[in-house]
Amino acid sequence: MSEHHYTPSSKFGKWFNDRLPLLTLGDHLASYPTPKNLNYWWTFGGILTFCLVTQIVTGLVLAMHYVAHADMAFDSVEHIMRNVNYGWLIRYIHSNGASMFFLAVYIHIFRALFYGSYKSPREIIWILGMLIYLLMMATAFMGYVLPWGQMSFWGATVITNLFSAIPLVGESIVTWLWGGYAVDNPTLTRFFSLHYLFPFIILGLVVLHIWALHVPGNNNPVGIDIKKPSKDTVPFHPYITIKDLFALLIFLIIFSGFVFFSPNVLGHSDNYIQANPMVTPKHIVPEWYLLPFYAILRSVPDKLGGVVLLFASIFILMALPWLDRSKVRSAIFRPIYKQFFWLLVLDVLVLGYVGAMPAEGLYLLIARVSTAYYFLHFLVILPVLSSFEKTEPLPLSISAPVLTGNSNEYK
Amino acid sequence: MNINKFIYIKLIIILLFSSNILFASDTKLIKQNWSFKGVTGKFDRSSLQRGYQVYTEVCASCHSMNLLSYRNLGEKGGPEFSLDQVKAIAANFEITDGPNSDGEMFTRPGRPSDKFVSPYPNVQASMAANGGAYPPDMSVLVKARKGGSDYIYSLLVGYEDPPSGFKLDDGVYYNKYMDGNQIKMSNPLSDGLVSYSDGTNATESQMAKDVTHFLTWAAEPHLENRHKTGWRVIIFLIILTLLVYFSMKKVWSRIDSEK
Repeated sequence: MSEHHYTPSSKFGKWFNDRLPLLTLGDHLASYPTPKNLNYWWTFGGILTFCLVTQIVTGLVLAMHYVAHADMAFDSVEHIMRNVNYGWLIRYIHSNGASMFFLAVYIHIFRALFYGSYKSPREIIWILGMLIYLLMMATAFMGYVLPWGQMSFWGATVITNLFSAIPLVGESIVTWLWGGYAVDNPTLTRFFSLHYLFPFIILGLVVLHIWALHVPGNNNPVGIDIKKPSKDTVPFHPYITIKDLFALLIFLIIFSGFVFFSPNVLGHSDNYIQANPMVTPKHIVPEWYLLPFYAILRSVPDKLGGVVLLFASIFILMALPWLDRSKVRSAIFRPIYKQFFWLLVLDVLVLGYVGAMPAEGLYLLIARVSTAYYFLHFLVILPVLSSFEKTEPLPLSISAPVLTGNSNEYK
Repeated sequence: MNINKFIYIKLIIILLFSSNILFASDTKLIKQNWSFKGVTGKFDRSSLQRGYQVYTEVCASCHSMNLLSYRNLGEKGGPEFSLDQVKAIAANFEITDGPNSDGEMFTRPGRPSDKFVSPYPNVQASMAANGGAYPPDMSVLVKARKGGSDYIYSLLVGYEDPPSGFKLDDGVYYNKYMDGNQIKMSNPLSDGLVSYSDGTNATESQMAKDVTHFLTWAAEPHLENRHKTGWRVIIFLIILTLLVYFSMKKVWSRIDSEK
């Protein structure tokens, strides 16, 4: 792909690279031509990779001390918090790291939505990304069950019970998932096992995600196809690596703020009460990053309907490249889409908010309207907009972006 | 366009902040100016020591603290009793150990490495002795309640006569801050209930403050180290960020000057 061909200078290097072109790969990654106008919204890919590695490394250490047993899990987590050297740090990084991971992935996804990064020829990158996101949700959910607190137990009960909505085989599936007739020790041990496995599947998908990215190259804020390499591109190293590092450090400062100064603010106090099947918490709420979907689930009076809508809300995203037919990628040149984009952001935030509230009265009404709007955005607004919207003229290249209008827009 | 974006962002910010107001419950907790609050918060040693006295003389007759060992009382960042004091405290308790080489269980005086002795052999026994209510284990109680330390303090001083027309069930007490206003625990504190060895006047509010202080440490024993490490990490990160920022400017100046 790259224009010049790298050859190792040492004899051993040459011998090795002829057998496994690892050195050439490193060269490809370093010289990978990247659009020079990428803004800070593009740094979240690197941040997310960092988050994944952090979760795997801290998780590995936690698993050395954690005991996956219904009678011992809660105390073993407290053992980590109290007696393991810097166990509190490892565990707070891991639990807050999940939240930071989702914060970053939501910014990453909305960036793709704003700049049309899911459009041809990047559909596969997008779908792989959505699969990663789905697995992330499953992993986070199972991880939240492991401390075996009240929210762990009742969250697991509510979510696994969703599958009972499936006609005919629903009940059997739930029993099979639980490994018994209620959420209990077999459920905990299989969740632990899967919680350990999934991050490595995610890691594999991340490799594919990046591989697929390196075929067409990065999208960019202007959203036009560019020649690579050219005056419009810079080599990945050192230009992008240092910019990513700078953004990562800013991210780490915020991350540290949570870990060291308010490590429990994103969690629920009920999860410091050991799981008790006889006592149901007043409000069962999932972690904040799952709240929009929880709101969609509860906005439907029928259980099966709610479950169908919940899964539809995620899978509809995978069809996005074919729902939005507009040839113009970046919202900068789509005046109407831009408005609807921010409306969608607002809609998802509202859904998250009502997801944390009891499903009654005004909250339920807001949840229903927001759910309807969510689907309206993808199923009606985007397809209609694709054919009706008058887009603004695109620049010919990044270096000479100005045809008309002001050039400050995409700096 | 930009104005619209601005309005949306403003709306979002208002929504996020107003959610705090909507979340708040009807009864406002009594807010204390705890020394452990904030980013430089530390525990007050003497308050922790007094708090332990209140716990062990009052609360411990019903509430266990299974996650703590006597050695914790002497560890850095906690009440920091001296090693001799910790040994003396532990020796006050009788521990069932064994089996010995004859296969018999036996009792011996406690050691610093022993876990806090529970008042009841099991949950069922504690419920039977307390009218069916389980006195919760206090090890992480502060973290297990919304409002944390302020909630525990408020609850301890929140006993009052029920308002007229309020129907109180048998064997429960009225508490302003308890969910549903009915609590099975009778008012545990009263002025002069313990006599502090450091001469502090043992008012109800003072004891409530001290025991809450102690329970906050028990729930988060590494709080002081966490705050201290946090500052080091963040200062390190800020310096590194600045260095990387200037390096980035330097590297990118090659590209920016081409234009």
